[in-house]
Amino acid sequence: MSTPVIDIRDVSKKYDEGPPALADLSLAVRAGEALAVLGPSGSGKSTLLNLVAGLDRPSAGSVTVDGLRVDELSEAGSAKYRRTRIGMVFQFFNLLDDLTVTDNITLPAQLAGLPRAEVRVRAAELLEALGIARHARAYPGRLSGGERQRVAVARALMNRPALLLADEPTGALDTASGEDVRNLLAELNADGQTILLVTHDLALAESCATRTIELVDGRIVSDVAAVAR
Amino acid sequence: MSALGRVVRAGVGRRRVQTLVMTLTTLMAVTASVLALGLLVASRAPFDHAFAAQKGAHLTGQFDGKKATAAQIAATAHVPGVTAAAGPFRSVSLSLRTGSDAGEMSGITLPPLTVVGRKDAGGPVDDVDIVDGHWITGPGQIVLSSDYEGPPVEPGTRFQVMDLPGHPTLTLVGYARSVGHSADGWVSPAQVGALTAAGTAPQYQMLYRFASAGTRAQVAAGRSAIVAAVPAGALSGSQSYLTVKLQADGSTAAFVPFVLAFGVLGLVMSVLIVGTVVSGAVGAGRRRIGILKSLGFTPAQVARAYVGQALIPASLGTVLGVVLGNLLAVPLLAEASDAYNAGSLTVAPWVDVAVAAGALGVVLVTALVPALRAGRLRTAEAISVGRAAHATRGLGAQRLVGRLPLPRALSLGLAHPFARPARTATTATAVVFGAVAVTFAFGLATTLQGIQEGINRGESGAVVVPTGAPGSGPVRIAAPGSSAPEPADPAAVAAAIKAQPATRAFYGTGRTQLSVAGISGATTVVGYQGDESWATYPVISGRWLKGPGEAVVNTRFLQAAGIGVGDSITLTGGGHTTSVRIVGEVFNTHEEGMEVLTGLSTLTRAGFDVSVGEFHVDLRPGTGVAGYLKALNTALEPTGAEAFANDGGGNSTTIAMMDALIASLTLMLVTVAGLGVLNTVVLDTRERVHDLGVFKALGMAPRQTVAMVLTSVAGTGLVAGVIGVPAGVAVHRWIVPAMGHSIGTNMPPEVLAVYHLPGLVLLGLGGLVIAVAGALLPAGWAARTRTATALRTE
Repeated sequence: MSTPVIDIRDVSKKYDEGPPALADLSLAVRAGEALAVLGPSGSGKSTLLNLVAGLDRPSAGSVTVDGLRVDELSEAGSAKYRRTRIGMVFQFFNLLDDLTVTDNITLPAQLAGLPRAEVRVRAAELLEALGIARHARAYPGRLSGGERQRVAVARALMNRPALLLADEPTGALDTASGEDVRNLLAELNADGQTILLVTHDLALAESCATRTIELVDGRIVSDVAAVAR
Repeated sequence: MSALGRVVRAGVGRRRVQTLVMTLTTLMAVTASVLALGLLVASRAPFDHAFAAQKGAHLTGQFDGKKATAAQIAATAHVPGVTAAAGPFRSVSLSLRTGSDAGEMSGITLPPLTVVGRKDAGGPVDDVDIVDGHWITGPGQIVLSSDYEGPPVEPGTRFQVMDLPGHPTLTLVGYARSVGHSADGWVSPAQVGALTAAGTAPQYQMLYRFASAGTRAQVAAGRSAIVAAVPAGALSGSQSYLTVKLQADGSTAAFVPFVLAFGVLGLVMSVLIVGTVVSGAVGAGRRRIGILKSLGFTPAQVARAYVGQALIPASLGTVLGVVLGNLLAVPLLAEASDAYNAGSLTVAPWVDVAVAAGALGVVLVTALVPALRAGRLRTAEAISVGRAAHATRGLGAQRLVGRLPLPRALSLGLAHPFARPARTATTATAVVFGAVAVTFAFGLATTLQGIQEGINRGESGAVVVPTGAPGSGPVRIAAPGSSAPEPADPAAVAAAIKAQPATRAFYGTGRTQLSVAGISGATTVVGYQGDESWATYPVISGRWLKGPGEAVVNTRFLQAAGIGVGDSITLTGGGHTTSVRIVGEVFNTHEEGMEVLTGLSTLTRAGFDVSVGEFHVDLRPGTGVAGYLKALNTALEPTGAEAFANDGGGNSTTIAMMDALIASLTLMLVTVAGLGVLNTVVLDTRERVHDLGVFKALGMAPRQTVAMVLTSVAGTGLVAGVIGVPAGVAVHRWIVPAMGHSIGTNMPPEVLAVYHLPGLVLLGLGGLVIAVAGALLPAGWAARTRTATALRTE
């Protein structure tokens, strides 16, 4: 069996006083899997995503992604990790409104210092693959919600990450756009992209996840592999 | 505490950086303003009051009785523009010696005096005050001016008149004070005739007050009208009260122009920074404003809340600024106090009140504009959750800069200023003012150094050799029980100096006190002998001495005498008279600029008793002073003279005080400029915290975040520096001559031309340094912002 892309062991996370956001949670996600994390508000979904993204540190336990102990990284190490190992897609897209679509997409590669020619080729490839080439020079404010999320996905994939993290990627979209993004993520996973998906959207989980876990009060209460997609 | 008070207090407490910035900015502006205005008022007030009380003469005219009759001179009282006149009074230049009843002061020859015959101390003009003794009641009496620099003798002392055969006697009966320095002494009108040597043309004095005499030009116009009313050449000399006022104001007046310049820079920066802070607070606090209004705050209350948030730190800065300004004024005003024996002068209370009220008024008006905008915000719009509207400006610049072959973090930073052009312009202006201050301060300090060197020209040379001649250099004191040593023979001393192989050049100077027609009091005249070409004072206009019969003087002397380069002056003393032509205006501040420099031969040929009192020697390069002194002193032994190493004249206390003040004010302005940048970057960082979170989520490293934030102000700083440097040079070109004029002198070109290309380039980078220094702290905060928190920020 291959080494897990995500290996979370005995992770707890506490914020000030009160019950822990995550409690002794262990989880392994293998390459090629698309894991959907479901659960009610306050169940620890976003905390889990933040820990995997290196945006936060666990109070106890370890988080290893693509062979790297994310919980032990410095600020600079975390930045490099996010540049090279993961891609993130957010509910509200988090595109930079004063950059064109192309400039948004190329940003992670440019921050990583990749050669310009290589960046251009990769951007063109993604624009084409995600069907947003005609918007290459447009600003995000002029695109529909679905198109913006496609731009966000393209940006997340720019540096060929081992892991794609998606936080409620359809949460801010209308039905048609949501469907569009669901299909896109399913296609990516079908092409071998490992995905960790945090969502309330059961349809999204059903359509593109190969495995679904449910969190309640920071603990996994169910872990189900999808039969078929 | 009222609800409004609580809101204001919370706003001040929450925005600590902005509060600090506003406090310091106001502090700086108020300090410089109190200092400038306080010095201006305090340095002028004593003279103005005393002059007005005495109905002082705006112009004191000296007339040649050979060229105009007393009636013609008296008729000048009716020249248009003359509102009051006194005279004509007969006048005469005298040399007095203290009699044997003067105790320790007996046998001292006084510098020449201009003595005027006046029946009484009062009159329509120059109503002099008796400060000791009484006014003249009969012949054989004299009243001396309390400003006359003679030996301290009591009324009752008798003087011998050395200019007249038989040395008639005058008895000192009192001291009087003429604020306009109309004369050095007064006798009865009948006495003047008796004191005038046979065959000497009578001299007359007229005192005038003009309808308009506030400026040199107005006094000069009055003088021209008088000149036109008498036969040509009849007005042999004149003295403007403005020259006396300049001497009375002392060097304190020189501080006013540059401190005022710093004050104006500080006030403008206050306006900019307060405006930015309050605008930023309104922009960032939209939701808060919405909540306040939804709770029932009226638009006026909201506006008051935001004005209050600016006024509290500004009031604190104003109070501290008034205190600091008064403290800094103490040592500077001490000089003006000495000039009037006026006790300790302080900054006038109305200055403190006016500056404080003015500064707070400026802050109030500046804050009111954005505060009113806050009051007008629509509640529903303001309270709606969501980030502030995204900037739609600067997209083209963002795209263009993105194509530059630069790391992305840098190009993102470079493009940022275009997104908020108004804020960028404000930041740039703050940095421009900082760069102006640095450039101006650098130029001013260099100029002051040049002035110090110019002042020290009178003390040139590595070695000095005093001859012991009276009135020139150190006098050799006799050993107890022995007779006073004779002065060394200047010719023998010169020969010994010349014989030294290491002597490169040398010159001698001799000093004497003479009368100059139209100038009250004795004037120091310095005669040069030898090669002084290496030690000449900086020439302002005209040229240095070339031959006999020539003289050079400072601007103040020219103004006092009402003459220009090319005119002649008459020197009188010891019964001798000579005329010298002014060939140059030089930067010489010795004797408060009232010194006449000429060739020694010009004086000796006219019969004045003056000889070289001090030699100044320049050595060949590589010569050790100690070895040279040893050899020269051996050679000088037969002459009785002794050579010393020259200390170069030391440094002027006034210039040292100016340097310290310039450094302090510049540091304050630069700090404020840096704080202005810090404030802007803090606002930007807060507004863009969500974008920063996105950048960091995409992998922007802390170092890259710092680089991006610093680059966002670096371009602005660089441009501001490029603008600020020429502006600073212009301020220097404007202020330095004004400083000179405030003490009555023009400035030589060499102390104005202080900027050179390499220095200008470095100064240009000053804007960049200020901007980057100001952005360093918020850049660090931006780099340390937690990504997850930033992403959640709306």
